[in-house]
Parts: sequence; C-alpha cells; structure tokens
Amino acid sequence: MGGTTTVPLRNPGVVPLAALPLLPVEAFRRAVIEAVGAGGRLVVLFGTPARDGRVRLIAILGGDRDGTLTALSAEVTDSYPALTPECAQAHRFEREIAEQWGVRPEGHPWLKPVRFHPPYRGVDVWGRDPSAAIPPAVTGHFRLDGEDVHEVAVGPVHAGIIEPGHFRFQCLGETVHHLEITLGYQHRGVERALVEGPAARRMPMIETLAGDTTVGHALAHCELVEALNGVEAPLRAQAIRGISLELERLANHTGDLGALANDVAFLPTAAYCGRLRGDLLNLTALLCGNRFGRGLLCPGGVMFDLDADRVAELDRRLEKTAAEVANAVELLWTTSSVLARFEETGVVSAATARELGLVGVAARACGLERDVRFDYASGIYRFAQVPVSSWPSGDVFARAYVRWLEVQRSVAFVRGQLATLPAGEVRAGGGEAAGAAPGRLALALCEGWRGEVCHVAVTDGDGQIVRYKVVDPSFQNWPGLAMAMRGEQISNFPLCNKSFNLSYCGHDL
Amino acid sequence: MFRIIRARLRQGHRTVDYPRQVPPLPDRFRGRPAVDAAKCPADCRACVQACPAGAIQHTGRRLAIDLGRCLFCGQCEGKCGHGAIRFTNEYRLAARGRDDLRVMDSEARLAQALDRQMQRLFGRSLKLRQVSAGGCSACEADVNVLGTLVYDLGRFGIQFVASPRHADGVLVTGPITANMRLALSKTYAAIPAPKLVIAAGACAIAGGPYAGHAETNSGVGDLLPVDLYIPGCPPHPLTLLDGLLRLLGRIAD
Repeated sequence: MGGTTTVPLRNPGVVPLAALPLLPVEAFRRAVIEAVGAGGRLVVLFGTPARDGRVRLIAILGGDRDGTLTALSAEVTDSYPALTPECAQAHRFEREIAEQWGVRPEGHPWLKPVRFHPPYRGVDVWGRDPSAAIPPAVTGHFRLDGEDVHEVAVGPVHAGIIEPGHFRFQCLGETVHHLEITLGYQHRGVERALVEGPAARRMPMIETLAGDTTVGHALAHCELVEALNGVEAPLRAQAIRGISLELERLANHTGDLGALANDVAFLPTAAYCGRLRGDLLNLTALLCGNRFGRGLLCPGGVMFDLDADRVAELDRRLEKTAAEVANAVELLWTTSSVLARFEETGVVSAATARELGLVGVAARACGLERDVRFDYASGIYRFAQVPVSSWPSGDVFARAYVRWLEVQRSVAFVRGQLATLPAGEVRAGGGEAAGAAPGRLALALCEGWRGEVCHVAVTDGDGQIVRYKVVDPSFQNWPGLAMAMRGEQISNFPLCNKSFNLSYCGHDL
Repeated sequence: MFRIIRARLRQGHRTVDYPRQVPPLPDRFRGRPAVDAAKCPADCRACVQACPAGAIQHTGRRLAIDLGRCLFCGQCEGKCGHGAIRFTNEYRLAARGRDDLRVMDSEARLAQALDRQMQRLFGRSLKLRQVSAGGCSACEADVNVLGTLVYDLGRFGIQFVASPRHADGVLVTGPITANMRLALSKTYAAIPAPKLVIAAGACAIAGGPYAGHAETNSGVGDLLPVDLYIPGCPPHPLTLLDGLLRLLGRIAD
C-alpha cells in the first residue's frame, strides 16, 4: 500500500476527510483486494452520501499483526465492479451498500438484501415497487438439486426465547450440504436514527444495538465521540469501563458455557452456569444499578464512581463467583460424553476464518490471534494488557475452550484493576459538546465479548454527524456459522449455533 | 462421577423462595420513580428535556412519568437539581392497563389478577410462547433467567413452550419491527383462545428508544390486546416474575 492510496488511522482515530485518499474505483478496488490478499482484514466497507448524488465508498483495513489501520475511499454513482468475487470479506458489506444506497456492485455473486428495508435515497437496486412493503426473506435462496435432497426451513420465530432469523438447510439425508442464513427481521433503523433522531436518544439506541453487548457498543461509541471532540476520559473512568467490559464478557461467556452444556444434555454445568451468569450480571448492577450496564458509560467518562467499600465488595463477590464458575466449567473438560460431542463438531478451518474475516471468539477458536484489546489497544488496555486466548481446532470445543480461557483472564484483569484503580475524576467535561470537528472520518474499535465492535462516523462541514456506521461482530461471523454446518449432521445445528451465539439485532441494526 | 457429585454439593441450593423471600437488589437499582411536583421550580423542564424516551410530562403543577416509555436510565434524576424525581428500589412495576403505568404523586396501581374464570384456567398452569420482534436480547435474556434454578419458574406452573399451539398466551419483546409484524400476528392467531398477551419491556410497550421509527410499530400498540405490561429496559427478573404472579392471582397485597 503506497502512502498516497491510504491514510493511517489510530484507534480511536480521526482524520480530516480532505486527507482521506479519493481513488478511482478501479484503484480503490485493487488496493483493498491486494491488502486483504496480503493478510489484511476488511474492518468495514460502507457508503456515505457525497456531492451530486454520488456515494463515497470508504474502506478501513486492519493489519492485525502490526496493529495498523488504514482508510481509503472512492466515489461511485449507480454501480461499480464488485470486490466480492476476489475478496469474500466484502460480500455482506457490498450487499449492505446496494440495499442502503442503491449502488449496484456489478458481478456480485449473491446480490440479495441484507435487512429488507427501503433504500435510503429512493434508488432501488432490485427495482422493487416503492409503495409496496418489502417482505423479509422473500428472495432467492441457494438450492441443492437432486432427487433425495430436501430443504429444512426454520424461523423466523424459533422454539426458544431467542431473537428471530430464518435458516434454510439443504440436506441429503442427515447431512447439511449448505446452510443459508437470512436475517433482517430485527431491523429497527438504528444507523439512520443515530444521524437523524434526537441526540438524547443516541445513548439508549447504542446501548440496545445488541442488548447483551451494551458495554461493548457504548464503549466504542463513547471513544468515537470523544475522539471527534478532542476529549479523553479520565484514567479512572477508563479503568471502570474496562472492568465493565470484562464483566460483560464474563457473564456472557459463562452463560454460553452453560448453554453449550445444556445442548449436549450435561445438566450440572448448564444449571450452575445459568445461575452464575446472573451473579455476574449482578456485579455490573452493583456498579451502575442495571444488570446490562445501561446508564454506566457516557461520552467523557462514566456516570458512576466506586468508593473503597464498593471496590472491596465487587472484588469479594467476583472472587467467590469466579471460583464457582471454575468449579462448574471444569466439569466439562473432564466429562468424556461432553468432549465427544464438542470435539470435531462444526469445524471451521483457519483458512476459511481468514478468508471470511471472522472476528472475536470465532476467529481465535480457529487459531487466529485477533483481539482488539491487543492489536489496537485503546483506553485502559494500553496500560493493562489481556493476553490473547486462542485454540487451533476450529470446532465447538475450541469455541468453548477459548471462552473458558478468556473467563480466567478477564477475572484476573478485573481484580487487577480493582486493586490498582487510578485516583481522580470519572468524567471529563466537553465529552458531549456539540459541534465536533468538521469534515472528519472517525473510527473506534473495541473487543466486545463476541469480537470486534466497530463504530465509524463522518461529520459534515458544521461538525454534525452525517453518517454513522456500526459493525457488530455478528455481521462478520454469521457466515462462519454457515460454514461450520457444511457436512455436519443437521441435529448438530443447535450446538454449532450456540457455540457462535451471534446477535440478530446487532446484525440487523 | 465423584467430581460431579462434589460439584453438586459445592454449588448448593440456590433457588430463591420468592414471593415469601425477596432477594436483595443492588443499592443503585433504579425501580419505580417517586415524583414530587411540589419541588419543581416554576418553568423548570430539565427532566423533560433530559428524557431520551419522551416519558415525562410536566404540565402546570403536575409531573408525570410514563413507566411504559421510561428506560430507567436515570437521566432525569441526574438533571433535576431539586429532588423532584428519585428512583426508588421498588421493583414491582407491572400493570394491567396502559394508563396505570403513569406515575404521578398518587399511589401505584399494580397489576390486578385475571377474572375468576381466567384464573381457574391459567392460575396453576400457564404456557407462554415468546416472540422477540426487534428485542435487543436483554429482555429475552432476563425472561430466560426466570428458567434458571434461581427463579425456577416451573414451580409456579409457568412454562415457555416451543409452539403457539401449545400456548395460553404470548410474551412479546421488542418494538415490533415492520419485518416481524406478520410473524407476530401469525403466532398470536395460532394460539387457541382464550389467550393472554404480555408486553415486556419499554420497547414492546411503547417502542422504547425506537418509538416513532418507520421501521417499527412503536410497540404492540393496538396490534394485539395486551393483558399485562411489564416496564423496564429490560425489566428485572423479579419485576417479570412479580407481574406474572400478580396476573395469575398468586400474589395479592
């Protein structure tokens, strides 16, 4: 990548739009494809309105190994040659661009809507009637041909207490040859409302982008707003944010380990972890009153401080709960009936994970050492590093075991932070100040419990946010689940699905 | 095997004996707000402006919070410098009527039990289908918590079932996205009558942070006839359980 094709970014980072290289589409395309081919990762590719009805495509590339982030852009009108045929990581991003902006990526192999909503500016790639409702999942689906082939369609409403989505399995006997996942049922119009809606609504929307990742999304948003406003949260606030992010990881990982046990009918761990997950959520409630961390973070810092008594109480309860989690989870690794079901089930190879750009637990369970806290450390993680936990086997076992490794490391991190909590304020002034830097591109990444949470904003000449892009790790990882099911027994779907445990609303926005 | 038995002994008995015993809530828990309009200086509307959900009405001398819209974020309490709004630790919030969710200076009107005929049908056995229609998974998660051994919902005869045909009612979460409207209606239609509708969480009651979006229905609205509203973002598991038990006439006070 030459110096003139891209501009470097930090995390969180801001660059003037004027410094963001605007390349001819073909050069933009080549630069992205070559960077990804050389081991880079497409963090985000999105469209934002430009002058004269054009759309500016902005790509942010991550060089995970050396911790570099770079941005580049190109302007298009109604179509451009798709990147997807040569860069699988662009697949869903290009479908999203087509759906939002009516720009056709020519040659895209599977150009279907992602969320089934009307286009943002009246131009529709699929030529749908603008006055008619757009029914979700009514679109072509990949089909296997053959006499004994059968199709199993599941959802949108599922059997449990869970969000809606539509799954189509192409099966020959018990074996799944292809799974297509069609989402969009949860679409609430968040990205547009973050720009057009009232400012007071922003934080509640951010906190409910994916409700189980309240802290993850809130942290990315706050760091983004602070970067735009040139404010930094006080160190004490950064530590409390780190504590709450790891508590969120602990609760979710513990819950997932219990749910995985449940899916293989190993009830002791399922029962204990169900309870322990609640105890961990209650630790977050001890911080801020809400079990999911709502109302804790704000641009500029955090809304709640911890006095010495609360620190001691948190540490005492975490130590006790962590010991009970260890007691419950370690049963999994010594029970052969559990291991027999976890091992070699739902395998995703490292090559596939790399090609699809998987993030978070799903990527680390394929042996990819990818973790925002390490690669692009921000906030408290610049000072207190969390080792990257990975496992090479790519199966359900790996996705479970990586969670267990991370549970232990998050406990150590939180207790370490509680022991050395920096003194000082928890809120800096100016975090919410209106009129952020004008004409900027801003980025913030954070390692939520599922993986990389990415927030990007573009401001206009008055410093108003005119485009807000969110990438929940689920957006990148749903195709990983589809690949994990290739060649699997259909009866293994619940187990494979739980081993990813992806968000529907985080994807659908 | 011995390891499993040892773990069983160590994990102990954890089921809460609710409603006889109420587990302690964290001191910072934001439950029912207490309002005192007498403390409001003339022309002060700081709380109204601070509320992200449009839940606060301040007309003349009257200050009212709509718990159906309230996200319990505490912004109003923070911005009110006069102590006119204070979030209490009161977790009992569920109500039968939409108007009962308006908190003013007066007493709270908690959910009343179903009529005698419905109590006879559902009082000791209630099967619910859950539909998330744009829910962020927090409401769903805390409904799921009722199934853990801490709350052990099954001991009250309440159970979440996999088919609407097996259900006595539907518990709805989320602001009812346009893309889930049809699926929700079909689920409701598939439940045999008589049937109940429970709207859990700010989104299902009034759209929550997504009220007014073209992509949502701003809550259940008049799409389905609601029998029980359970406020919160998300409702605390105890708030959910209290609401369900009140509806069934299993708690009365």
